[in-house]
Amino acid sequence: MAISKQEKKELYRLMALNRAIEERLTILYRQGKVVGGLYRSLGQEATSVGAAYALRDGDYIGAMIRNLGSLIVRGVKPREVMLQYMARKEGPTGGRDCNLHMGDMSRGIVACISMLGDLIPVMAGVGLALKKRNQRNVAMTFIGDGGASTGAFHEGLIMAAAMEVPLVLIVENNGYAYSTPTSKQFKTKDLLVRAQAYGIEAAQVDGNDIEAVVETARAGCEYARKTWKPYYIEAMTFRMKGHAEHDDASYVPKSLMDKWRVKDPIINYEKKLLKAKVLTQAEVDAIHKEIQSALDLEVDAALNSSFPDPAAVGDRVYA
Amino acid sequence: MPVMTYLEAIKDGIRHEMRRDPNVFVIGEDVGGYGGAFKVTQGLIDEFGEDRVMDTPLAETGFVGAAIGAAYMGFRPVVEMQFIDFIACAFNQITNMAAKSHYRWGQQCPLVIRGPSGGGVSGGPYHSQSPESYFVHTAGLKVVMPATAADAKGLIIASIRDNNPVIYLEHKFLYRRVKDDVPGGEFVVPLGKARLAREGRHISVITWGAMVHTALDAAGQLEKDGVSLEIIDLRSLVPWDKEMVLASVKKTGKVIVLHEAPHTGGFGGEVSSYITEHAFSWLDGPVRRISALDTPAPYSPPLEQAYLPQAHDIVRVSRELAAF
Ligand SMILES: Cc1ncc(C[n+]2csc(CCOP(=O)(O)OP(=O)(O)O)c2C)c(N)n1
Ligand SMILES: [Mg+2]
Repeated sequence: MAISKQEKKELYRLMALNRAIEERLTILYRQGKVVGGLYRSLGQEATSVGAAYALRDGDYIGAMIRNLGSLIVRGVKPREVMLQYMARKEGPTGGRDCNLHMGDMSRGIVACISMLGDLIPVMAGVGLALKKRNQRNVAMTFIGDGGASTGAFHEGLIMAAAMEVPLVLIVENNGYAYSTPTSKQFKTKDLLVRAQAYGIEAAQVDGNDIEAVVETARAGCEYARKTWKPYYIEAMTFRMKGHAEHDDASYVPKSLMDKWRVKDPIINYEKKLLKAKVLTQAEVDAIHKEIQSALDLEVDAALNSSFPDPAAVGDRVYA
Repeated sequence: MPVMTYLEAIKDGIRHEMRRDPNVFVIGEDVGGYGGAFKVTQGLIDEFGEDRVMDTPLAETGFVGAAIGAAYMGFRPVVEMQFIDFIACAFNQITNMAAKSHYRWGQQCPLVIRGPSGGGVSGGPYHSQSPESYFVHTAGLKVVMPATAADAKGLIIASIRDNNPVIYLEHKFLYRRVKDDVPGGEFVVPLGKARLAREGRHISVITWGAMVHTALDAAGQLEKDGVSLEIIDLRSLVPWDKEMVLASVKKTGKVIVLHEAPHTGGFGGEVSSYITEHAFSWLDGPVRRISALDTPAPYSPPLEQAYLPQAHDIVRVSRELAAF
């Protein structure tokens, strides 16, 4: 299915919103309003937004901590993100968990845990449930080049392949796992071979090209819906910040940063849409203005919200 | 009332729930046509088919994770560990994924993980363990350890109906050795209610799992000396029946906490300190703990016997306590 003009505009807006929310969060982090850690997806917005954009009603997503864009696409509101990062009572976890560790099955969102890889078997289980219900939907989740080294990653793929369930796994190869480059993580050319090893259909995509990501993810989801089988996408991208805000990423060679800076997914898409006359400069400006004024309100509302009552600490341990 | 083995009773409970609720399914290694390593699930596939009695690849993190995902979706998976020792391979899924999901994001995870635990069969270090303490220490999990056939059935049914992840530790030594009257059909033993396994006057023995039987054996021997043991079978450790324990302690004033797991960090320490905190004034002697040794579970019979608590240990400690 070709990407319509309207969709292109929306994709641009979603990526811009993804980045703008994170920029606000960075300011709030520096002000001590965001507590704990802050994990940016700078440079990777096309992968997060584009993959989730391929989902439909009834599909499930297990987003990881850099997948803010995916959550926005699936209906999470900027307010929820602000409240969560600022540990507030009205946030999605009521201050019980941090960053993007949030879930809501009624919206098809499964919360991740910190332990990388463990969401893959869980999402395979969501896929199993879909198949048991004879429901033609998919369960999508993400992993990084580092998380792809865990046992859970491999066991998850083995389960999905053996059970034949509609898991769509997006492997975000962004060059680094914290300070560890992929050259120290694995000795194969790429991570596509992992899928082939388990007999799982797979494709590689330029993770900074939003349209390519959407098209590849749509094809993968379509395949999974039709066949009940898993699909695997390796998105080639780059982490343009440190692992988290405390990390200056000084271990990343400047030449590498420079190489990827010119591949910025949002700037390049803007140029492309302007050139193709999908968007005018005035429309671009309006999109950003609208995002900023909306975020002003969201940030204010979140800052004025209350923290959880300490008496609630013991609530909800058991269902 | 039908007489069943402990093993048949577990199966009867699972079958009952599978008939009652189409969302219940069994998943694990070799549980289908083969019926599981100990045959707990034998025959279920004939009645329910392979969609509901699923053989999986040898991947504990993988299939426990998949069961969690299905539980989030509203299914009620019953996961078999071929031996409970392998539950270590799925530790993260259990303690970090399943246990915390309700607290973190309000998502219930109705899941049972069951399997053969315990020693006495020369299983060696990896087929003999009693891992309850690892799970008792994680908020969000429930931990169940049946000692009788009737409880095996009533507790597996309660565990399957519970909306939380439940670790159900069967004792492999009891599978075919324990046989008792088990109510047919609907029969639920609620979690958190202990069972008075033996009424006595002098010493309360708080125990669970196979040690209930060892304690009964010791009680028979001590009766001749005029020492009367009261034996409480906790049945579940999370939640545990503090009321029944305190009532017994108030009556006898002397307590032994007995378990098959190793000593240090064992759940006996928790029970013991609860008693000293809440019933100190009723105590006529120190709360004594009897447990396995702080070693891996050894293989050779004389070593394993030295490792596991024996009836004569209970007899000895009871005599010491009786002298207070
Ligand atoms: C199993 C596990 N081990 C260690 C960590 C700590 N940790 C958090 S993120 C990270 C690096 C992850 O790299 P990658 O998977 O490539 O994802 P990226 O950060 O690049 O998005 C590490 C080591 C973790 N979260 N989980
Ligand atoms: Mg990475």
